[in-house]
Amino acid sequence: MNSILTSIPLEYYLALSAMLFTIGVVGVITRRNAIIIFMSIEIMLNAVNLTFVSFSAFRGDIVGQLFVFFVMAVAAAEAAIGLAIVLALYRTKQTVYVDQVNIMKW
Amino acid sequence: MTLDTVLFFIMALGAIISGILMITRQNPVSAAMFLVMHFFMLAGLYLSLQAQFVAVMQILVYAGAIMVLVVFVIMLLNLGNEEKLTEKVNAGKIIGYSVATLFVIQMLTVFFAKPTSFSTMSQKAMVIGTVESIGDSLFTKFLFPFEAISLLLLVAIVGSVLLSKRKI
Repeated sequence: MNSILTSIPLEYYLALSAMLFTIGVVGVITRRNAIIIFMSIEIMLNAVNLTFVSFSAFRGDIVGQLFVFFVMAVAAAEAAIGLAIVLALYRTKQTVYVDQVNIMKW
Repeated sequence: MTLDTVLFFIMALGAIISGILMITRQNPVSAAMFLVMHFFMLAGLYLSLQAQFVAVMQILVYAGAIMVLVVFVIMLLNLGNEEKLTEKVNAGKIIGYSVATLFVIQMLTVFFAKPTSFSTMSQKAMVIGTVESIGDSLFTKFLFPFEAISLLLLVAIVGSVLLSKRKI
């Protein structure tokens, strides 16, 4: 039974998760295309999910995996709403580049 | 080097490389394809943590539903390659990359400063990742959040229809 469980320590999963989260942050702050910014947010959500699942597995607690379920539902709702906003934006401004959308800039 | 160590490093490297490729592609469609690869690598990592249900949900919901939605919108808008900004030296990009590098170094220093007490996985990990145990606690102890999330999805459906309608 013991042989199926992975021998990788918890730190490796946490370090991988931190790197993936940072990739997502860099994507959000360096890109102009609103759809690619959305995809970077998905990378960040996935990095947090990886932390939840690894803590859940190493502590033997189910709540982490249930929380991942809820995060996935929220991510699906966020993607639907966000892409609808991008569509509405494209219809009014004919662009998806966030630096050209500044009507709320003071 | 055992098999699970090799698999972990393959999937971790795959996730990092496909993530970096995704945020650097100029064409949104190829960025979306690299994101699908990223999601599959993460599903493999969940399987290595014995979380079968989460791994299957990752492929069904993320790589299936959400990415189809994203690719659909990209095709609908008929986006080309992202044009470069006119100024050559972009201060925001330089600051962004240096802050990100600093953050990663800081996190790695914290994680590897002192070994945690969790060097091996819990014996219960075999049991808690199955559909049976997740369904069991989702419909008993966590019934209220489960119902609340269904209400959130309903609001999202109504909201996206309302936002994308030309005239209400």
